[in-house]
Amino acid sequence: MSETSASVVKTPWWKYPAWLLLGVGFGAVLTKAQVISVVRVRRMFAFQEAHMFLVIGAAVVTGVISMFIVRALRKTKTDVSGVPMEFKKRPFQPGIWIGGLIFGVGWYITAACPGPIYALIGAGVWDALVILAGAIVGAFVFGWLKPKLPH
Amino acid sequence: METAITDPLPWYIAGPLLGLFVPAMLLLTGREPGVSSSFRHLCAVVPGAKALDYFKYDVWKDGLWQILFVIGILLGGTLVQFVLGGAGVPLFLPENLTAAGLALLFVGGLLVGFGTRYADGCTSGHTISGISNLSLPSLIASACFVAGGVLASLVHRFVFGGLVP
Repeated sequence: MSETSASVVKTPWWKYPAWLLLGVGFGAVLTKAQVISVVRVRRMFAFQEAHMFLVIGAAVVTGVISMFIVRALRKTKTDVSGVPMEFKKRPFQPGIWIGGLIFGVGWYITAACPGPIYALIGAGVWDALVILAGAIVGAFVFGWLKPKLPH
Repeated sequence: METAITDPLPWYIAGPLLGLFVPAMLLLTGREPGVSSSFRHLCAVVPGAKALDYFKYDVWKDGLWQILFVIGILLGGTLVQFVLGGAGVPLFLPENLTAAGLALLFVGGLLVGFGTRYADGCTSGHTISGISNLSLPSLIASACFVAGGVLASLVHRFVFGGLVP
């Protein structure tokens, strides 16, 4: 979990609706860009169309450039409420590639990465509830096996 | 649900919009976009899960922001599909709605949940947020996500004779 001193500061109330609304925007773009569709996902992994790769690539390039600008212009590295931005630590560990490959196979089978699972449920695709149930059980299995897995 | 395929929101609009969520969320709320930890939160609220160390934390304090974010994603799907003209493409395969199809989706979901927790991130947490913040492990994780998917596609098509929709 996120162990930070930031949580000592009380979260301003408006951040809660902000997270919800940011989620709505994120989910709407995922859906309108069709990256939650089995058609696009399967065609990506078969290298039959570039759409998904281009969306993801453009997102990454935009993220890198915009964060470069944010870092340069906001030396305090705090958000608008003065709380330090929480950059998640992502150390090297075997799960990066083992877990990564396992997730990739699951992404192909379900045609949904985690964000799209929720967007699909919202779009009325009820079978995505089965994917979500599987994912929650998968998280449980990970929590259960974690002490035995290489880290 | 036979939907005719129409063009998606073009990649050069959708991609940059998704990427801008990283600085927008960090500047406004101090958090990076990420989704897959929500599976951990949803498991941690189940009575009994706290028997495992991995679920011993205060979900309502540490995870509420992310639960709100994923509820938002869900509502975003609803907004587009039912208010803003729809996604314009079939979102699922009819064969999913058989017993075997649902079982396969459950197993696939299990791999998504286990894999993203072991890798500690998914396409949003690692690929978009992680790489945006110049994390090399995130880049490697992202390459493995795609490698796993491509491998599964090869097996599906060339071993099981599966078709691309």
